[in-house]
Amino acid sequence: MTLTPDMARVAGSRPAASTAPGKLTDLFQLGLDAPICLTWELTYACNLSCVHCLSSSGRRDPRELSTAECMAVIDTLERMQVFYVNIGGGEPTVRPDFWELVDYATAHHVGVKFSTNGVKLGPAAAARLAGSDYVDVQISLDGATASVNDAVRGPGSHATALRAMENLASAGFRGFKLSVVMTRQNIPQLDAFKAIADRFGAQLRLTRLRPSGRGADVWHSLHPLAEQQRVLYDWLVAHGEQVLTGDSFFHLSAYGSALPGLNLCGAGRVVCLIDPVGDVYACPFAIHPEFLAGNVRDAGGFAAVWKTSDLFASLRAPDTGGACRSCGFYDSCRGGCMAAKFFTGLPLDGPDPECVQGHGESALAAVSGVAPKPWLDHSHRTAPARTAVPVTIGRRRPPTHDCDESPLAGFTALPAADARHAAPPASPPHRALAPPWHQRLRRRNGRHHDHERKASYTQTFLS
Amino acid sequence: MRPEPFGALLYHFGTRRLSFLKNQRVLAVVRSLADHPSARAACAAAGVPDAELPVYARALAVLADSHMISERTVA
Repeated sequence: MTLTPDMARVAGSRPAASTAPGKLTDLFQLGLDAPICLTWELTYACNLSCVHCLSSSGRRDPRELSTAECMAVIDTLERMQVFYVNIGGGEPTVRPDFWELVDYATAHHVGVKFSTNGVKLGPAAAARLAGSDYVDVQISLDGATASVNDAVRGPGSHATALRAMENLASAGFRGFKLSVVMTRQNIPQLDAFKAIADRFGAQLRLTRLRPSGRGADVWHSLHPLAEQQRVLYDWLVAHGEQVLTGDSFFHLSAYGSALPGLNLCGAGRVVCLIDPVGDVYACPFAIHPEFLAGNVRDAGGFAAVWKTSDLFASLRAPDTGGACRSCGFYDSCRGGCMAAKFFTGLPLDGPDPECVQGHGESALAAVSGVAPKPWLDHSHRTAPARTAVPVTIGRRRPPTHDCDESPLAGFTALPAADARHAAPPASPPHRALAPPWHQRLRRRNGRHHDHERKASYTQTFLS
Repeated sequence: MRPEPFGALLYHFGTRRLSFLKNQRVLAVVRSLADHPSARAACAAAGVPDAELPVYARALAVLADSHMISERTVA
């Protein structure tokens, strides 16, 4: 029997120099009988529209798991001895049965940590939370100042988060989490975030921006610059275990000593995601068919998905390291984040796009074709459509077949009276040509000029 | 405490910390602590050689520091 001095190790503690590094990591690489914890997005509904939302949340999905189905999942997690669930969304607290489900989980020995923007954390909710040992709260804030935060999370969201933290602190809840996604804009605010956490008796939690969900659209302008990554790494090393990271910066370990935590990609091995409709993905940042393992509504439920999914079996197979194998830092970073690679179009067995040895930048430059797109979008529909969409205003011809929805169905030529509107979009000035229906539309809506212009050239297909 | 092929996982709901028992023998020691008058006796019963006692003592100290195990209270 080989003994190591850290036979009993506490996660988050820095491995002692004398231990065999990576030993535990090797065990976990092959997967566990049940997740240590998992992320459970309870709803895609959200009052906010954060530009980097990893689940493209906004609107509730009508297929959302019912209260009874959620309770059945909790029963399974209890049987599997999953220690706790990280509940998120969307904004989980907008589910009417949110508190009922939290109570049900803790009564069944499944701990709860939930992430919220704070919208429902008034004094009464804060007092209720302060009274429970089994519930932890993470308040999301992505800027120490309103200007930095609200640019990403939306107007008023900074004030909402601070009010929630004030309520938790007043209720005597100590050690709740202030959770920050690190961006190019907020890395200069690291000390300011720490000061906010200290002010409310909270613990700071910093996590990595992933190009997942709507994050794929903004990643290139929001992700930290190379020199900022170094600043972040040094700051994390200096603050050690005072600051949580959800193990999300293990790609930075290639700078030198490992950061506290497991330092491996736990996807399908020690963690996974259950989404609002019960789909089980390898990781919360990988909502894509490539990483879909099954659904809790399938026969055998979540336990069967975890134990028998082909996808998870393949993730638990020893990995070769691929293009990174020859790199001297592979044992530190293990090739980085699978989701970050996938949604930036990089091969999964190559370097992370933010590889601190600089291999990511050259790999990104060599990407041919387009990166895979997030496949679900529950975003609010308040913004103007980005592409031309058919609209149905004025005369409408019935489709030639019941199932034929093509706007061009049955057309042989545009009616002469409308031909002047058929100019290509780039030909100005559309508004000077605005026909009477266009003016009527503007009077009715009174806003969204951009939207009108797009409508003006899609309309020509129809009328 | 959740048994695993390599040993066990321990989670403390109060401190929200996770610990790992990295082999079956240390798991046997931890499981039987309550049944023995001392940690040394628990180690002996689990077959820990004397030469390895300091290693086990350190492991148990780590668990005690993180409140995973605590001194028994006399009823």
